[in-house]
Amino acid sequence: MTFVAKPRVHHPKLPVNEIGLTRRDYEGSVSTLCAGCGHDSVSAAIVQACAELSLPPHRFAKVSGIGCSSKTPSYFLNKSHGFNSVHGRMPSVMTGSNLANRDLIGVGVSGDGDSASIGFGQFAHIVRRSINMLYLVDNNGTYGLTKGQFSATNDKGSTSKKGVPNLYEPIDLVSSALQIGASFVARSFSGDKKQLVPLIKAALMHKGMAFIDVISPCVAFNNHSGSTKSYEFVRDHIHNVMDADLIMTHDEVTADYAEGTREDVSMPDGSTLQLYKVDADYDPYDRVGALNYVQRMQEKGEVVTGLLYVNPDAVECHDIMDTVSRPLNELTEADLCPGSDTLAALNQRYR
Amino acid sequence: MEPTNIFDPNYFHKVVDCQWACPAHTPVPEYIRLIAQERYTEAYMLNWDSNVFPGVLGRTCDRPCEPACRRVRTEETPVAICRLKRVAADNKGDVTAFMPQVPTEKNGKRIALIGAGPASLAVARDLLPLGYEVHLFEQDKKGGGFMRSQIPAFRLPERVLDEEVDRILDMGVHCHFGQEITSMKAMMDMNFDAYFVGTGAPRGRDLELKGREEVDKHIHIGIDWLSSVAFGHITEIKGKVIVMGGGNTAMDCCRTSLRLGAESVSVVVRSAFEVMKASEWEKDDAMREGIPIINNRPPKEFVHKDGKLQGVLFECVTPVKGEDGRLRYEPSGEPDVFIEADHVLMAIGQDNHCPWIERDLGIEFDKWDCPTLDEVTLQTTNPKVFFGGDSAFGPENIIWASAHAHRAAISIHLFCEDQDLIADRPPEGVNLISTKMGVHEWAYDAEHNAASRHIVPLNEEKTALTNIRVEVELGFDQVLAEKEAQRCLNCDVQTVFTEILCIECDACVDICPMDCISFVANEDEEPLRMQLMAPADNKEQDIYVSDVLKTTRVMVKDEDVCLHCGLCAERCPTNAWDMQRSIVHVPQLGSYAE
Repeated sequence: MTFVAKPRVHHPKLPVNEIGLTRRDYEGSVSTLCAGCGHDSVSAAIVQACAELSLPPHRFAKVSGIGCSSKTPSYFLNKSHGFNSVHGRMPSVMTGSNLANRDLIGVGVSGDGDSASIGFGQFAHIVRRSINMLYLVDNNGTYGLTKGQFSATNDKGSTSKKGVPNLYEPIDLVSSALQIGASFVARSFSGDKKQLVPLIKAALMHKGMAFIDVISPCVAFNNHSGSTKSYEFVRDHIHNVMDADLIMTHDEVTADYAEGTREDVSMPDGSTLQLYKVDADYDPYDRVGALNYVQRMQEKGEVVTGLLYVNPDAVECHDIMDTVSRPLNELTEADLCPGSDTLAALNQRYR
Repeated sequence: MEPTNIFDPNYFHKVVDCQWACPAHTPVPEYIRLIAQERYTEAYMLNWDSNVFPGVLGRTCDRPCEPACRRVRTEETPVAICRLKRVAADNKGDVTAFMPQVPTEKNGKRIALIGAGPASLAVARDLLPLGYEVHLFEQDKKGGGFMRSQIPAFRLPERVLDEEVDRILDMGVHCHFGQEITSMKAMMDMNFDAYFVGTGAPRGRDLELKGREEVDKHIHIGIDWLSSVAFGHITEIKGKVIVMGGGNTAMDCCRTSLRLGAESVSVVVRSAFEVMKASEWEKDDAMREGIPIINNRPPKEFVHKDGKLQGVLFECVTPVKGEDGRLRYEPSGEPDVFIEADHVLMAIGQDNHCPWIERDLGIEFDKWDCPTLDEVTLQTTNPKVFFGGDSAFGPENIIWASAHAHRAAISIHLFCEDQDLIADRPPEGVNLISTKMGVHEWAYDAEHNAASRHIVPLNEEKTALTNIRVEVELGFDQVLAEKEAQRCLNCDVQTVFTEILCIECDACVDICPMDCISFVANEDEEPLRMQLMAPADNKEQDIYVSDVLKTTRVMVKDEDVCLHCGLCAERCPTNAWDMQRSIVHVPQLGSYAE
C-alpha cells in the first residue's frame, strides 16, 4: 500500500491524444493494493489503452464485484461512471447498465474468485447473452484478500506459500468463455503490457462479449516457486499464438511483420483489427479448434496467450433482442407514450 | 549499453544538478533540508565548509546552481537556492565551536598569499588548520578584495562581509595590508615556501572613441568608480548618467548612480538584451528600479562642447542570427541616436593585469596576460607559484574563487610535502546510505511539493533608493524559507536499483509520475534512449542502465526529470529499488567534515 500520493506533475513531453487528454488524465486514485500486485499493471494497461484510443473517460461504465481485482476500477478512469457491486454480481449490474444505456462503454473487472466461484453462474450467463462489454478477469489463482487460500482457477498440484498442494481440478475461464459463446476471447499476462494493451484496445472496440483472462500474479500469496501463477512460472511457460492490435482510422500503421503473418479485419466503427500470427498454424476464427488447442496446451502445463478466438461479425444482446437504438434516458415522452392511435393499432393486431 | 557504474563518484554527483553545477560543489539539497528543519547553524557550516562565504554568496552568488535545478525541467522555476543560503547565514547561531582548530605549533612552512580577495582568503582557511604560517599581502586597508570594492553595499552589507572575512583572518593570518605590491621578485626574495596569487582581474576596459580624451574627467571606469564609492572617496554623482556595458558591473554602476543622486540613469548596451552578460535577476533588479536598458546601440562618439561632455552618439543595429546560431549585428538603417549625459560609466569588461610580476621569474604568461597554469593543480611554470580566482583564467566570480582556492590549497600542501601534485591528490568519492526507515517511511520528505517559487521580500523603494547602505532584499523569513525549502526535490536521494531482487512486475513503471523507468531490450545508447516510456532526448542527462534481467531485458531509468519522490521504491515489492542518499566527497583540505 502506497502512502505517498502520485504527484500530478507529469513528463513535460507527455503526448496528448485526439481529445486533448494525456495518459495521466485516465488514471484513478492511488492504489491501495500490495506493492507489486499484477492488478496494478492491468489497471495501467487499461489506462494506456483508453488513452491511446482517445475514448472520453466520462462515457465509461466500470463495474466490479468483490476482491482485490474488484477494487481496481477505483484506480483507473477517475472521471467515469462506476458501480462496485456485491460478490460475483458484476455481470447482473453490467447487464442492467448496458440494457439501460447501450452507449456507455462497459468495462467489467472481476477476479478468479468473483467469476469462477461465487459468480460462476453470473459469468456464464452474461457471456451467453453476449452483452457488449469488456469482461476482464485479474486471475491470480488465490484469495489474496483472505490471506491466500486456493481459488477455483488454481492449478491442481500447484502449492500454497507454505508448500501444501492444491488437490482440485481448476476451472479454466478461457475454455468456459469459448464454450459458452463469447465472440472475443483472449488471455494475457500482467507482466507483458506490449501484448495486453493492444488486446484491451481490440476488446474495447469489439462488438459483443469480449473476454480477457489476465494472469496477474499475487506478490503476497502466490508468487513462490510452487505456484503456476507466479511471475517466473508464467514467463517460463508462456506460449503466445496471436497478437492483436486495434488501428483507429487516424493511426499510422508502423508495425512491420513478415509476409503472410498479418491479417486485417474491418471493424463496424471503421477501425481495423490487425492480427499477427505468432504461431502460423493457429486459426483465430475456429472456436472449437481454439478450445481444443487451449485444453491440450493446458495439459502440457503451457499458458496459451494472445487473441485466441474472435468473431468479427458477432451480434450483441441488443441486436438479439431488437431493442431501441438509443439509451433509455434519451427517450422522450413522445417515444414512450406514442398516443392512443398507436395503442389502437397495437390492440388491433391481437383482435 | 554497458551497465551503469553507480559507484563512479561522478555518476550520482551529476544527478544532483545544483551541486554538479556549483564550482565548489556545495551539497545543496543537504543544506536545504537542514534549513527546512530550522537547523540553520548546521546548514551554514555545510556551506562554509565548501564555499567559505555563505553570507556573501547568499546575496551575491552568480548562482550557476539555479539554472541547473531539475525543477527548471519539471516546471520552469528553480528552487531559490541562493536566497535559502542567505537564510542559513542570517539565522545561524554561534559557529565558533564548529570552527577548525588551528594548531599553535606550526609545521614550519610559510606561505604568501597575494591579494586579499575570496581566493586568497579561502586558501588561507584551508591551509591554516594544517599548521601553515600564512602571510596575506593586500594593497587595500581591509580584506575582501572585489567583494568589498565592487559589490555595492545595497547588495552586500559591510557587516556580512566583515564577519566572514574576519572569521578567516582571526584564524591566525599574518596580514600585511595597505601596502601596494609592486614586485613579485621582492616577494620571492622573502623566501616563502609557496606563493598564491589571487589578485583578481583589476583592470577595467576602456573604449577608444572619438572625443574620449577631450572629456576624460567625465568618463569613469566602472570598477574603479565602484571601488571609490565603496571606500567613500565618491559620495555623489550629479546630472545625467550613461552606463555602458551589459554585465553585472554595469547593473551595479547604474543602481549605485541612482542612489548617489543622479538625475537620470540609463544603461546602453551594444548587444541584444538576451545575450547580455548580466544575470537575469540583476537585470530585473535594475529595471524594477526604473532604469531603462537600451540595447543594440554601439557607441560612436563622445559629443562635447567647450571641454564639457554633452552626451554620447550611438549607432543603431539589428541582431541577426547567423547559421552558427550566434548573433551578428547589422546596421538597422535608423539614424544615429544621441543620448545626453554628464557622466559616462564604462562597464564593458575587465582584464587580468599583472605588471608587478617580473617576467624573468619563470612564471610564463600567455598573450592575454593570463599565467600559464595547470588546470587541475593551478601551478604556474614556476613550481612555487600558484594562481586562483579571477587572476587565474580571467574574470569569473566568488564561487569560482572558492573552488580554485580548494584546488590550489591541495596543490600547495602536496608541494610542501614533496608529493606529486597530480598522482597524490586525494580522490573523489561517493557514499550511498539508504533512507529507508520503515515500510513506508523515508529519512527525507519524499512527497512532491507543487508550490511555485516564492518571491523574496524587498525593502521599501523609498528607503532603498536613497541610501546606498540599505540592503534592497530583506531575504526570506523563516516561514517563507521553510516553504521554499520544501520545493527542493532532494536530488541527492538517489534511486538505486538492485538487479537480482527485481521480479519485473512493472510496479515502478506504472507508478512513476514522470515516466522515467522502462524495461526494454538492451541496445546502443542512441536507439535505447528512444525506446523508453518517454524518449530520453536530453543528452546532457545520463540514463541509468541495469545489468541484464531474467527476461533478458534491462531496466533503463532516464535521470532527466526524476522527481526523487521515491514512489518506485514505495511500490517495489522486493526492495529492488531503494532511495539512497549520495554523499559526494569533493577533495578539500582542512575540511571541518573530515
